[in-house]
Amino acid sequence: MTTTNTDVPVTTAGVEPPRDAHPVGSARSERLSALVQQHGALAVLLIVSLVASFSFGSFATGDNISNMATSSAFLAIVALGMTFVIITGGIDLSVGSLFALGGVLAAWGSRHGTLVALLLPLAVCGLIGVVNGLLVARSRLAPFIVTLAAMLGARGLMLALTDEGADTYLIRKGSLLAELGQGSTLGLANPVWITLALFVAGAVVLRRTRFGQHVYAVGGNEDAAALMGAPVARTKILVYALSGLLAGLAGALNAAWLASGVTILGSGMELEAISAVVIGGTLLTGGLGYVSGSLVGVLLLKVIQNVINQIGSLDSSYQQVVSGTFLAVVVVAQTWLGRRRQLM
Amino acid sequence: MAEAALRTAPLDRTRLVQWLQTYGVYAGVAALLVVNTVITPRFLTTENFRTQAVQVAPVIIVALGMALVIGTEGVDLSVGAVMALAASVTALYLGYGLLPSLLVVALFAAGVGLANGALVAFVGVQPIVATLALMVGGRGLALVLLPQLKDLRNPSLASLGSGDVLGVPYLILIAAALALLVAFVVRRTTFGRQLLAIGDSRPAAQLAGLPVRPVLIIVYVVCALLAAVAGVLATARLQASDPTSLGNLMELSAITAVVVGGTPLTGGRVNIGGTVAGAVLIQLLTATLIKHDLPPSWTQIAQAIVIVAAVYAARGRGKR
Repeated sequence: MTTTNTDVPVTTAGVEPPRDAHPVGSARSERLSALVQQHGALAVLLIVSLVASFSFGSFATGDNISNMATSSAFLAIVALGMTFVIITGGIDLSVGSLFALGGVLAAWGSRHGTLVALLLPLAVCGLIGVVNGLLVARSRLAPFIVTLAAMLGARGLMLALTDEGADTYLIRKGSLLAELGQGSTLGLANPVWITLALFVAGAVVLRRTRFGQHVYAVGGNEDAAALMGAPVARTKILVYALSGLLAGLAGALNAAWLASGVTILGSGMELEAISAVVIGGTLLTGGLGYVSGSLVGVLLLKVIQNVINQIGSLDSSYQQVVSGTFLAVVVVAQTWLGRRRQLM
Repeated sequence: MAEAALRTAPLDRTRLVQWLQTYGVYAGVAALLVVNTVITPRFLTTENFRTQAVQVAPVIIVALGMALVIGTEGVDLSVGAVMALAASVTALYLGYGLLPSLLVVALFAAGVGLANGALVAFVGVQPIVATLALMVGGRGLALVLLPQLKDLRNPSLASLGSGDVLGVPYLILIAAALALLVAFVVRRTTFGRQLLAIGDSRPAAQLAGLPVRPVLIIVYVVCALLAAVAGVLATARLQASDPTSLGNLMELSAITAVVVGGTPLTGGRVNIGGTVAGAVLIQLLTATLIKHDLPPSWTQIAQAIVIVAAVYAARGRGKR
């Protein structure tokens, strides 16, 4: 008797507290908060795109849209890995450097065949991700300082490979790798297809697998997750490894697209990726997040960038001002929505 | 005998770790000085020491503010952007004279600090995200105000950057004075105690009736102001305003100096002497590698290893 009495309220309170405890009105506004949290970015994206296509004739053209899609693809792949890391309550600042390193490794490896060109960046960047994960999970160091050090180390490695950035390795035209980056299938560029496939896979992994549930559990409450028997350390190591892998892959694809391993890319990319993830509704405190939201966040950033370029008279540094302001507004709104939901 | 050895061994080990955490950075600086005296030609010259000190002065000034923020269990990623902002605002208002332009710089920096502090203290955003937004936006604003490098010709600014008193450059004097001031504030003032109490446990500080929000806001404003001072001094030394690259990765150098100096990222403790020594350690390490013709890539890898080692060594203390 006592066990059922204590068990039942706990489970119902955990699932839907407002409906039991409060009148319908607050349940509705609770759902509204959740809706804004999850789909706010999508609404803003639609509005901005609509306004832009009415204001600029060149915005809604096929060329411009496919340009935007291709240039979003690489950031989106990085943001996908970042989403997993942030849901566990961590952060990965090394992705920008790993992106550049991945590109250089792919271009360097491309003379030994496409397989080497793809596997080398994945192996190296994945390994750096594993080291990040080990330091965070096993040694319990703060994620931001570990990945900050990895950002420096990976950039150093990349510079050491390219004679301090003086050498740019090229990818031979017509090779399979170049085709992967530059070709298109059914009217869509190959990197866009790869990105879409990765996002579908990412969503399935996060929503439908045990590993995905562990990711949410670790981010929600690490101690509780450990008590429930979730492999906390292994989950953390895996998400950092995944983030490193995806950053390396994005870099390799970008190099294939540009036909060279450009060394100056990737700086500031970690900030763009974090912004996109946060704008997409993933909480930086962990435990709540959406893969689809991150994709929307990336598109929103790229559309805003495109609009600023279309205005023409505006300098591209306005992009940074807008991104920073936007990030601040989103974070404030999220904190506010989150607090409302907790209060109710 | 064996038993006694067994008993004292773990004790000695914890003592050693504690000693390393507090004095390791000084030992590191001393070791680098000795090694350089032996292997680097013309290391023990006044000219070399002056160059090293002038190069490290801005890092020290930024690291002082960063140490305060980290003491409250926060972090400020926007310091590099504030330096760039200070550079471009100085360039814009230098026409009215040095002092008015410095006042405007202080206004801008205080604005950034206020925004950071308000986001952290009132809205409850994590420091890393709040300051990230200002980092992106601040550098953008600096570039909007002054899109490219601009040469500055102003005698008083020039003397600020390259003048000296009895052979000691102003930059070093200012950095030393600020370090003493910040150390005094942390150790001897109510504000310093409140700051550390908030870093130790914000809920406890709240319950104890400390003015948590005002203290947090002041800390972020002070950090931004110190970064602005560093930005102005760096601009004065360069004789040019360079918002594109000034202060790039400065947040990283400052955090490294603070962490290497033995201030835990978990807050509640600030080691100003260690922070200064930490900045000097990184500077000496970089200088050593450069003087022996190792490329910058190796410097970065070495810096990464030093950061991880320092955080690893400090990790025991955070839990206690």
